[in-house]
Amino acid sequence: MIRFLFDRDTWQEVYDSLTKNKLRSVLTMVGVWWGILLLIGLLGSARGLENSFNRLFGDFATNSVFVWSQSTSRPFKGFQEGRRVQLTLSNAEKVRENVEGIEFVVPRNITQSFVVHDFLSGNFGVYGDYPLLDKVQKKNMQFGRFINQNDIDNNKKVVVISEDIYKQLYEKDEEAVASYIQINSINFKVIGVFESEGMGGGPSADMHIPFTTFQQVYNSGDRIGWMMITGRPEFDIKQIEKDAKLILKNLNSIHPDDKRAFGSFNLGKEFAKITGFLTGMQFLTWFVGLATLIAGVFAIGNILLITVKERTKEIGVRRALGATPFEIKRQIVVEAVFITLVAGLFGIISGGWILILLDNAFGQGDEATLVNASVSIAVVFIALLILVTLGTLIGLIPAFKATSVKPIDALREE
Amino acid sequence: MLKINKLHKSYPIGDSSLHVLKGINLEVETGEMVAIMGSSGSGKSTLLNIIGMLDEADSGDYILDEVPIKNLTEKKAAIYRNKFLGFIFQSFNLINYKNALENVALPLYYQGLKRKERQEKGKFHLTKVGLLEWADHLPSELSGGQKQRVAIARALAADPKLLLADEPTGALDTTTSYEIMEFLQQLNDEGKTILIVTHEEDIAAMCKRVVRLRDGVIEEDKKVNQVRAGQHV
Repeated sequence: MIRFLFDRDTWQEVYDSLTKNKLRSVLTMVGVWWGILLLIGLLGSARGLENSFNRLFGDFATNSVFVWSQSTSRPFKGFQEGRRVQLTLSNAEKVRENVEGIEFVVPRNITQSFVVHDFLSGNFGVYGDYPLLDKVQKKNMQFGRFINQNDIDNNKKVVVISEDIYKQLYEKDEEAVASYIQINSINFKVIGVFESEGMGGGPSADMHIPFTTFQQVYNSGDRIGWMMITGRPEFDIKQIEKDAKLILKNLNSIHPDDKRAFGSFNLGKEFAKITGFLTGMQFLTWFVGLATLIAGVFAIGNILLITVKERTKEIGVRRALGATPFEIKRQIVVEAVFITLVAGLFGIISGGWILILLDNAFGQGDEATLVNASVSIAVVFIALLILVTLGTLIGLIPAFKATSVKPIDALREE
Repeated sequence: MLKINKLHKSYPIGDSSLHVLKGINLEVETGEMVAIMGSSGSGKSTLLNIIGMLDEADSGDYILDEVPIKNLTEKKAAIYRNKFLGFIFQSFNLINYKNALENVALPLYYQGLKRKERQEKGKFHLTKVGLLEWADHLPSELSGGQKQRVAIARALAADPKLLLADEPTGALDTTTSYEIMEFLQQLNDEGKTILIVTHEEDIAAMCKRVVRLRDGVIEEDKKVNQVRAGQHV
């Protein structure tokens, strides 16, 4: 068999029978070519879309839920409804200790403040944060560092600013790290500048100071604005949200069924919707691609059947000269596999070009819809393997057809 | 060489069946040149097809070179055809997209010979039929006589024990027919056993023995004085 594949005559036969009718061969190959082109193009685009979502959420721990307090909607334990609820640091601590599956709980505060640097100024959101924030919402530092435990312990008056704020408060090329800015007329030392990111792509004009410093400067005491809860990957974030809220209700004497007391935004849930959509799209892509591919392969089988019919007499002659049925079948199957494979390879190459075109059109810059639209080598190999298998199977039909005719009848054929 | 005993063959036609060969007994020795004659429907082609293992008899014995030919699988039949038999057809049956040399070398391909050997043997046989300089030509570029000579070279290529010719001159004009017959006689002189199916008396007269079939039985089987085709050309 191996010798057969390396035999010049084998390929001479394939070449002859394909070039005998070029138009037909080309039309046949178009089917498979189109199928694999679609498969590669669609899979690549789906991957690109997924990548762009991942980039959008990439700096965020997606298995997260934000919880903030509102006002009660039911009277409970002697309290009237409409009572304003306030989350505290100890609440956050209790949640962290008692809810199963929690990775981090990050308490946060925010306030708007007037910020001055030299002759430039502006109103910005000032966050009080723990170093932990960097873990759940990665800050890409351009210069300097993020807040550390030392800053927290010593209530240091340091600040980390976003790139956007740097652009508004500083002259071009001015050194920001180790300079001072005034927040509410108090001097803060800039220790770092981070890349503006953000979902939706808007400017993020925010700055972060140590949580303890925030407490001191704004006299916020134990109060926190909201908490960010991150679950371990193997735990269901929806359950964590439910458990955390229940504990918080218990701690704050709120009716267990009170729906309004705590607001929340479940990032994990939203993210699951998107990834679910992406999975669906990928499934659809495979489905459409494979279906087209199979249709193409059937076209090849069809054409080979016609070819075999036309060559009935020739096959009869060959058998009279001593070709065994196996040799005839082998030849036809090799033909089938050859055209599927060649068409498939063309499809893969042009699929690659399509992805390059897509990348040029939609894949450039920070706001790209498709990031790195590509298919893995594994997918390409799987596609090729499917092609070869289908080619062999479909080749068997005309092959058996060719040898089912008795040589004597084949010779009589005109 | 070849021994046939009480050979029967019938073809089903609708509900009934057509009895084509009704007990044929035939013996052919090595080196004979036999013409099988008969009008159409006499069963002469069927007999040749059975001898050529392209068809199988319903009953009776067929022994070729001391090998009983019976219950053949397609594969075995193919191997026997390749080893024992060379076919010459009325319509030449050359493969039209292969040149003369490739056509001649085709049976050798199925014998599993290497390309180089095939080329050499193919050229040798093409030389024998006097068409070496036409080796690279496609069948469409050859005349009828040339095509039949290529076909003969192809039949000879595998060095068969028996040459089977089904109306070899049926598609040729008289002059070319005699050329082909002269060549076949030459092969017979060299010792090849040849069986020719024909309905032309002058062609039959150029063989050494004539077997006449009529309605599926042998009507007459006699040795004749061979007319040398060369005298006519």
